[in-house]
Parts: sequence; C-alpha cells; structure tokens
Amino acid sequence: MRVAVIVFPGSNCDRDVAEAIAQVTGKQPIMVWHRETTFFDVDLVILPGGFAYGDYLRPGAMAARSSVMRHVLDHAKAGGLVLGICNGFQVLTEIGLLPGALLPNAGMKFICKPVKLKVTRTSTPFTGSFTKGQYLDIPVAHHDGNYFAQKDELSRLEDNEQVVFRYENNPNGSINDIAGLSNVSGNVLGMMPHPERAMVHGKTRGDGYKLFNTLMEMIR
Amino acid sequence: MKAIVHVQLKPGVLDPQGQAIAGALASLGYDEVTGARQGKVIELELSGTDHALARERVEAMCGQLLANMVIEQFSVEILD
Repeated sequence: MRVAVIVFPGSNCDRDVAEAIAQVTGKQPIMVWHRETTFFDVDLVILPGGFAYGDYLRPGAMAARSSVMRHVLDHAKAGGLVLGICNGFQVLTEIGLLPGALLPNAGMKFICKPVKLKVTRTSTPFTGSFTKGQYLDIPVAHHDGNYFAQKDELSRLEDNEQVVFRYENNPNGSINDIAGLSNVSGNVLGMMPHPERAMVHGKTRGDGYKLFNTLMEMIR
Repeated sequence: MKAIVHVQLKPGVLDPQGQAIAGALASLGYDEVTGARQGKVIELELSGTDHALARERVEAMCGQLLANMVIEQFSVEILD
C-alpha cells in the first residue's frame, strides 16, 4: 500500500500517523509538504490531525485552499482513498469532499479522552473488516468536533448511509452523534477520533491498528 | 477603497461562544441580555475605484474563502 501523508504548517499528528502506517505496512509513507504541486501516485492520502495554519479563519479553511489539495481532490474524484483525521476531517468538509462543517464543541472546551465509537457503515475500505454495531475504543482530541449539517443535507447523508462512526456518549454536541463520515462511494473518510493514538490497547492491538490493517488488506 | 466584511453563523446554527458571552453578561448583572451571537469582521484594503465591481469581487471572496456557506452568512460594505 502506497501512502502519502500531507503536512501543513501546524500539522502535529503527521509523524504519529506515519509511524502507525509504518507499523502496519512495514513501509514509511511519503510525507508531502502542502506546497507540493507535482502529482504523487499513491493508494491512500492521509490528512493528519493538528492545527493547520493555526486554525486561522476557520479550522481547515486555509489548508483546504493550499496547492496540494488540488491533487488530493483529483485523487479522491478518481476513486483514490482519502482519510482525514481530526483537523483532516475539517479540511475535507472545507474543501467539499464531505458535506457539513465542524463547529466548536458545544461545551466550549478542548476535549481529549478515550471515546467509544459505534461502527455504522462497513461498506468502506476503512471499515470492511468490522461488523455493523461493533464498538471501537479510539481517543478524541479536539476543540472543533461538533459536526453540523443543515436539515436537508443531514437527511441526505443519513439516507445514503454515509455515517461511518457514531459516539456512544456524545462528547461535543455533534448532530446525530456523528464521529466519522464518508462520501457516498466510501473512498473518502473523515473522522474526529485519532486511530493513530489507538495502536495498542494494554498488551493487545488497539482498534486504531485494526482500522489501518483493514485498509491495508482491502487494498492488497 | 476598503471593504468591511461581516461573517456570522446562520440563524439556527449553535453558537457556543455567543451563549458564553450572553451568560457572562447575565452574571455581570445585565439581565436585559437574552441572547448573543458572535461573528467576525474582516477589513480588506482594495485597489481600484469601482464600488460595484469591488462588491462583486468581495462577494466572490466570501463564497470562496472568507465564509463557509454551510454554517455562515456574510454582508459586505464598500467604503472609500
């Protein structure tokens, strides 16, 4: 599996997710600086967590307009896999690859804690080895994870079964408990929780590992 | 020329910052405050003198970057 991790000024989970990919695939991903304008041929593009451009204007707003994102758009539109984690999810909504937007948490606090996620869509390359209704333990760490979509948009994405993960106990006010969302075809996933921070669980493999491993097996 | 752009969350979109402001004002004794909505103001310095053209261009900027039309609305003022 060939993987690219996009690095924006202010990304801070880029190395963590690169390490996670290296653990699962045995190969280091390509780190792609946001100003890159040449094409990169990979199976999966990861938009990592962090605070790209210091969250100026809106989280993800500046990053979504950087030159590398044109390639990410082309890659996604050609059916290539895109995973946006936390800030990466915000970038995906800002660029319009995913519907809706992420607002400040309802409690106005930064939340950093383990959460339980319910898998609600398994027809994606990210979740194909999970079963519907299964719970995963993956931590969140965000200030703006309160997912919002206007009524029509919300019922459209529910009808299309685009919600991939829901919080068991909603930490941030997210509408319909949405923690992770895919596009209709399932090749683009945005999620607020950080799978790269759930690689181990005690002495066993964590649910983040399982997610990346699922991806690798789906691509192979 | 100058453009003043006001960006605000659409009505109905939860504004926790606005709620916190209203709560803080109430705790200071300003009982008449029954709600607050927070937004932002962006001042743009513009070259040129054509107000109509400037408005058209700034509205395009709002749609493309300054506002997220999923959750926000904007208004534009053009000044000399």
